[in-house]
Amino acid sequence: MSVVEISGLHKSFGSLQVLRGIDLTVERGDVVCIIGPSGSGKSTLLRCVNLLEQPDSGQVTVDGTELTDPDVDIDKARRRLGMVFQSFNLFNHLTVLDNLTIAQRKVLGRNRDEAERIARQNLEKVGLAGRERSLPSQLSGGQQQRAAIARALSMDPQVMLFDEPTSALDPELVGDVLGVMRTLASEGMTMLVVTHEMQFAREVADTVLFMDGGVVVEQGPPAQVIGAPTQERTRTFLARVLNPTGDNP
Amino acid sequence: MALTRRQRRTAIRGTQYGVLVIVVLLLAFTANWRDIQHGFFDLDAARQLFPDVLSVALVNTVLYTVKGFAFGLVLGLILALMRLSSVPPYRWIATGYIEFFRGVPALLVFLAFGFGVPIAFNIRFTTGSTVVVALGLVGAAYMAETIRAGIQAVPKGQLEAARSLGMSQFRAMVWIIIPQAFRIVLPPLTNELILLAKDSSLIYLLGLTGSEYELTKFGRDAMNTVQSMTPLIVAGLCYLIITIPLSYLSRYLERRTSGETKQGLEVMA
Repeated sequence: MSVVEISGLHKSFGSLQVLRGIDLTVERGDVVCIIGPSGSGKSTLLRCVNLLEQPDSGQVTVDGTELTDPDVDIDKARRRLGMVFQSFNLFNHLTVLDNLTIAQRKVLGRNRDEAERIARQNLEKVGLAGRERSLPSQLSGGQQQRAAIARALSMDPQVMLFDEPTSALDPELVGDVLGVMRTLASEGMTMLVVTHEMQFAREVADTVLFMDGGVVVEQGPPAQVIGAPTQERTRTFLARVLNPTGDNP
Repeated sequence: MALTRRQRRTAIRGTQYGVLVIVVLLLAFTANWRDIQHGFFDLDAARQLFPDVLSVALVNTVLYTVKGFAFGLVLGLILALMRLSSVPPYRWIATGYIEFFRGVPALLVFLAFGFGVPIAFNIRFTTGSTVVVALGLVGAAYMAETIRAGIQAVPKGQLEAARSLGMSQFRAMVWIIIPQAFRIVLPPLTNELILLAKDSSLIYLLGLTGSEYELTKFGRDAMNTVQSMTPLIVAGLCYLIITIPLSYLSRYLERRTSGETKQGLEVMA
């Protein structure tokens, strides 16, 4: 059963057409990796899924609710979508534990004990047990991003959205965050991941989407899109990404 | 003959100290120390001021300032939110208020509020509440701009993160944005408190009775009794008791805020 359905999505910033008709269906439990050159519209597509960007036209349906319907309570609908940002965006004035509990309490109405129990479970899951009392500024980038993932998970989302979750990290910290995401994928979480990590996409994704110029150029299982791309634009992009030094293989 | 660099530096420094010594000596020999002491530093006159200068005047100045600040802070926050509102009339009203009250002298506001409003609307306030409201009205205009800047200084990602967790715009403001904005504007708000403490010296115009005297009015009154400027000096020192600790507090908060940011960046790097 499909949990996310996107059809005919258009979005412009001024005269710049960023999305030019995107259609996408995501089945429950699927991991979809969105790849493409910068400026191809992949982050905008992800941000349109939870309406952080308001699309100009087209529909986004999550779990049977059409988010693009102006009569839908967007705050309520967003609870089904967890979002992880490139720059973590942990709440700087709150401890890690409070970061994880504040929305549970203020939005879902859970009491403090229950919220903290769920928060501790999720911190354990991302390998941050014992850091409850730390402030975000006392954590490394990798720890902050894992705390941000735990924060999103604490809302029990149906779908997790990852917007270049490892792009702001030092190379040696990327592995921890990708490890957490692998675990989530293996537990059957539905995930939309905008990423430049081709190895991750190849190993974890059920579907890879290659975007360029605001359209989906190529879409399919990773073995096909990354392993044997049929489109010239995909091949050019992959050649640059997989062989960044420009050596001849 | 050309001087070496070392010689020139010595000559310049020597001249500067020389000028300073000459000016000090001139003042010391020409001034009439007896008159100055009687006019400004008359210890007998100063002694008569105690304890009232502390137990009445200083306490009243602190109370007027703190209450006026509290009222101004609430009004300032409301104005700041109105300035950032997506509803144009709210923005217009807030901008008009801020420009008006920042643009006219506080003295005019106090006069208009103290004498004009009671006549125009036929209402009587107690002097205490008039003072607090008048101070707050002026302070709010400055604080609104400070708070608005603080809200806008909170990174956009904080609001996006809050909204993506299902918080409404209102909840995100209350729980995420405003608490962080206040940390950012704590140092400038402390400076605002200092300015308000000094502005409270203007409220004697509203006609205070004995037990309502603040420092300036108290000093002026006592000055007439003892025929010396000494009470004003004492009042001035009392203002410094309030303002100097606050300005150190402000600097400490500033260092702490920038320290936090730096620490955060170092960890991220």
